[in-house]
Amino acid sequence: MPINYYIFLSVALFCIGVSGVLTRRNAIIIFMCVELMLNAVNLLLVAFSKMHHHAQAATNPNAGIDGQLFVFFIMVVAAAEVSVGLAIIVMMYRNTHSIDVNFLNRLKN
Amino acid sequence: MIPVLLIVIPLVSGLVGFLIRNEKTARSWSLFAAVVTLFVSLSGLILHKEDAFLSADVAWLPAMGSRFSVALDGMGQVLCLLTAISFPIIFIATWRTPYKNARNFYALMLLSQAGLMGVFLAMDALLFYFFWELALIPVYFLCSIWGGEKRIAASFKFFVYTFLGSIVMLVGILWLYSHTPDHSFSLKSFYALRDKVTGHDQLWLFWLFFIAFAIKMPIFPLHTWQPDAYEQSPTATTMVLSAVMVKMGLLGLLRWLAPVLPLGTWAWGDTVSMFCIIGMIYASLVAMQQDDLKRLVAYSSIAHMGLMCLAVFATTQLGMQGVMIQLFNHGINILGLWIVVELIERQFHTRKMSELGGLAQKAPVLAILLVVVALANVALPLTNAFIGEFLMFSGVYASAVTRYNVVFTVTAGISIILSAVYTLNMIQKVFFGNTNTLTEKAKDLYPNEKFVLIVIVVLIVLIGVYPKPVLDLTKETVDTLLTKMATATK
Amino acid sequence: MNNVISLVWLIPVLPLAGFLVCGLLRRHLSKSLTGVIGSGVILASFILSLLIFGQVRQEGFQAVVVRLFDFISVGKLSISFAFQVDPLSALFLLIITGVGFLIHVYSTAYMHEETAPDFARYFAYLNLFVFSMLLLVLGSNYVIMFIGWEGVGLCSYLLIGYWFKNIEYGAAARKAFIMNRIGDLGFLIAIFWMISQFGTTNFIEIFTKAAMPKAVSTGVLTGITLLLFVGATGKSAQIPLYTWLPDAMAGPTPVSALIHAATMVTAGIYMIARSNILYTLAPVTQTVVAVIGLATALLAATIALKQNDIKKVLAYSTVSQLGYMFLGLGVGAYTGAVFHVMTHAFFKALLFLGAGSVIHAMHHEQDIRKMGGLKKHLFWTHLTFLIACLAIAGIPPFAGFFSKDEILSAAYEKNPVYYAVGVFTALLTAFYMFRLYATTFLGKFRGTHEQAHHLHESPSAMVIPLVVLAVLSVVAGFVGIPAAIAPDAHWLGHFLAPVFEGSTRLHPAAEADKKLEWGLMGISVGVAALGMIYAWSRFSRKPDLEEAQGFGKVLADKWYVDELYDAIIVKPINALGRFFNSFVEKSVIDGIVNGVGRLVQYGGRQIRLLQSGLVGGYVLLMVIGILALFLVELFTKK
Repeated sequence: MPINYYIFLSVALFCIGVSGVLTRRNAIIIFMCVELMLNAVNLLLVAFSKMHHHAQAATNPNAGIDGQLFVFFIMVVAAAEVSVGLAIIVMMYRNTHSIDVNFLNRLKN
Repeated sequence: MIPVLLIVIPLVSGLVGFLIRNEKTARSWSLFAAVVTLFVSLSGLILHKEDAFLSADVAWLPAMGSRFSVALDGMGQVLCLLTAISFPIIFIATWRTPYKNARNFYALMLLSQAGLMGVFLAMDALLFYFFWELALIPVYFLCSIWGGEKRIAASFKFFVYTFLGSIVMLVGILWLYSHTPDHSFSLKSFYALRDKVTGHDQLWLFWLFFIAFAIKMPIFPLHTWQPDAYEQSPTATTMVLSAVMVKMGLLGLLRWLAPVLPLGTWAWGDTVSMFCIIGMIYASLVAMQQDDLKRLVAYSSIAHMGLMCLAVFATTQLGMQGVMIQLFNHGINILGLWIVVELIERQFHTRKMSELGGLAQKAPVLAILLVVVALANVALPLTNAFIGEFLMFSGVYASAVTRYNVVFTVTAGISIILSAVYTLNMIQKVFFGNTNTLTEKAKDLYPNEKFVLIVIVVLIVLIGVYPKPVLDLTKETVDTLLTKMATATK
Repeated sequence: MNNVISLVWLIPVLPLAGFLVCGLLRRHLSKSLTGVIGSGVILASFILSLLIFGQVRQEGFQAVVVRLFDFISVGKLSISFAFQVDPLSALFLLIITGVGFLIHVYSTAYMHEETAPDFARYFAYLNLFVFSMLLLVLGSNYVIMFIGWEGVGLCSYLLIGYWFKNIEYGAAARKAFIMNRIGDLGFLIAIFWMISQFGTTNFIEIFTKAAMPKAVSTGVLTGITLLLFVGATGKSAQIPLYTWLPDAMAGPTPVSALIHAATMVTAGIYMIARSNILYTLAPVTQTVVAVIGLATALLAATIALKQNDIKKVLAYSTVSQLGYMFLGLGVGAYTGAVFHVMTHAFFKALLFLGAGSVIHAMHHEQDIRKMGGLKKHLFWTHLTFLIACLAIAGIPPFAGFFSKDEILSAAYEKNPVYYAVGVFTALLTAFYMFRLYATTFLGKFRGTHEQAHHLHESPSAMVIPLVVLAVLSVVAGFVGIPAAIAPDAHWLGHFLAPVFEGSTRLHPAAEADKKLEWGLMGISVGVAALGMIYAWSRFSRKPDLEEAQGFGKVLADKWYVDELYDAIIVKPINALGRFFNSFVEKSVIDGIVNGVGRLVQYGGRQIRLLQSGLVGGYVLLMVIGILALFLVELFTKK
């Protein structure tokens, strides 16, 4: 499959994620949209890694491996983020009985 | 070795000073430390002239290419001696002035001395910057804690002004650093850059450095922090500020700007000279209008520093030698003036000339000593300032780097006349005339005050009659400086 | 032979020592001891000067430079602290220490009312003055001369303001110092010019270099000499910087005699005479010097006509006589000018000391309208004062006649107009001097009873100097007898010839026409006698006691020159200073500084609104930022 397809797909996913973050006020949905953006990037990384591997496999068996490595990093970070972020959201719900992010417009108090 | 001692003694004794409980002990301790520093400085001047004693170089931040490199050249000798002499004089002269939390006061004074010494000794740009700030911070606290009524505003203004300058200078230092081939902050690598930095770059780099130095000196129109800071600071701090600290600007100009960016210095020479001259006349005229003694001395100092800066940009041997000797003279003379101001303020709780008068009858010794210091302030022959001003003016006149040398000399010369006007005015209003209710009970000097003023007067006359030792001391510095500035302009 | 000359440094050092001793120990010395020390050091200097003078007088004497130490040496410029002994400086040494000694002696009596410390302070200042003046004339380069130059200005300041409790005196002292400083600036710039032109400040080197044909352009020399002349106008009280001298009379009278008549004010003449070769090479400057000198002589003489303060009259007559000296310098009669300096030193010091004696007798009354008839009470004072008046009026055979005549005949040769104005001024001089004399000493006593009761001749410490000076005022003229009277009798001319050698070589003095000389002499003597007799006969009977009216009032108010200076210089400068201080400093510069601060604050307040706390807003901005970076990257990198 040509690389263009992967690019279009991930750009589409990324844009969906961005518009979701921008428009929704529900913290959990924003959270999921952020995940969507991360995964769009992951997709792209994997696609490029595969492409490079194909192109240079003859000379360098490890070509493109760092792209996939990055994906693992991102997944780990995302997992950590989810655990911390969800904890925050839970705390937030306990305090305010709402998960509307606009409710949190004050840094003090 | 000696340069390290010059920095470490005040630094350590200052830090120890914070711990001393007893006020009197703190005072004596600082005086002791200052005197020790003076002796170290003198030994560097007289006993140990070998290079091994006069420089030190150890790794500091190897990762960044910055070394703890300090050395005493001729100019450094002069300035360190000035710093070393000033502090004992200041401590003795203000011996009777009470300060709350005296130990902190004296400790901060010593820390500022360490910073000043560092600035005068540093041969590494990052180190120079480090000490530049180190000297500033204690003075900020001294002014904002022990100062007068409007101390917060004044010290804030002072801090913002100088800090702005330092930040801009830091950018300049980093730019140069990134262009050194060996990624080093050392003065040598900076000097080696001279031919690599194009004239075009030098044009704007010049201002990054010059603004910092011009604020410190200060040069018109960046001077407004000075009268406020001088007026509001406790007099001991004002003495540090005006006698020693303003020299940081000139030292920067002479060591870190003119030889490093000679093309820029040359290209902007006329512009800067013009500001210097406007500043001299302007400050003299404003000084004539002052009623507050501190402000009068402050403006008079602005006028004198303007002349020194002007002489630097004239780029002549005569002028540079004049600047070198005047670095010392100006410090000594203005110390004398401040001591008199301090004595007057402590006795009468006012600095307004209009409220004083007739002190010559009640305090003849003070009057005589002040008259000598004041005469040095107007650069009368056989006082030290005459040597400096004479050389500086003849340097400006003989300058080959500007076409306007005659115009500069004549217009700047007007300030000689004006300085006589405001200085004599001050003597007249404070010392002559009849006593009033306030000055009737005036007392003459205490022995400690008499001692420091006599030391100052002796120095004034001594250098005024026989300036050769000081001139010889800085001869080499001037020569290297001029070759560095000349080879690049060709 | 050079033994004495190598001791020349003692001549200024002795007064300096006197200054230090009197000044530092002023609380411990008794008045008589102070007097002895103060006068003694000057006497010692005088004796040394006499010895040196004896050496210099010998045939074949060459100028000697005694080097003491390196003063300033930077690169190629080397200024040494060195003294030059030659006929000119030897002559001035004699005048300064001689007249100075007499005035010190006189002062011991005149100042006896002061307390001991003040008395010592006075003598310390006086010694310091003599020291500076000696430096001025001994210096072998312009810088040492300048040191003395400013030094005498300082002492003049200190002595005018000697009674510092009086604020007006202080103002007069300040005025003197500042006006001198204006002139000094000219002098300084001339020195800088010479340094960059000749690379040295030594007299001998500069004069040799300047005299070499085509070495220096006339324009440069004209510039340098004009600037030096600016310095001279300040110190020697010429137009436009003369107004300080009459005010300087606030000082004690012996000070006026020593500083403001006999020595310091002649520093300008000394300087020009010393630099005579430069002036001879710059004819334009010579004309300026002559014209200014003449104008000052005339202006001051007119003012003196209507003054009623005894010291003010003498002050203006000093200004006027200095004008004559400058006329002499301007027309190239250097010997004549120096000659007049010498005779003037004697008779003007005598006049001032006589005036001091009168003031002393009158209990500090200086207004001549309240005197009169003092002839009977003050025999010696009256007699010596009369001699001095005759001398200054130019009546032969008194000293003033010879020196003034020499200047006037030289002026005639240059331009008869100079001569005419000069003679007219001589008429005025004779007139106002005898107006002063007649009003003070003749007629009836017009003072209070108490004053009349206390009228007495001054003590001998005051009378002896008067007599000595009177003798000198009579005989001093004979050292310069004009060729018309007796050929080759001009001893002073011979003595000074080596100093003015260069100038005379360039402009040899014309062979004087004897008949013409006699004629000129006759005219000036006749005119002076006319003025003298008219004033004598008019004022001895009916002194003019009323306030001056009309034109006389303009003269009495000194042509309103002080007011003019005040209006066009002092007030504008003060106004400018006030404007800078109250407006520019506070509103403009600080306004800009504070404006920057306020701008930052304002900006902060506005930007703070972006900090809404709404997560959506932040993210939107973030996205916009990313897009912007993306676009920049897209369009800039190719």
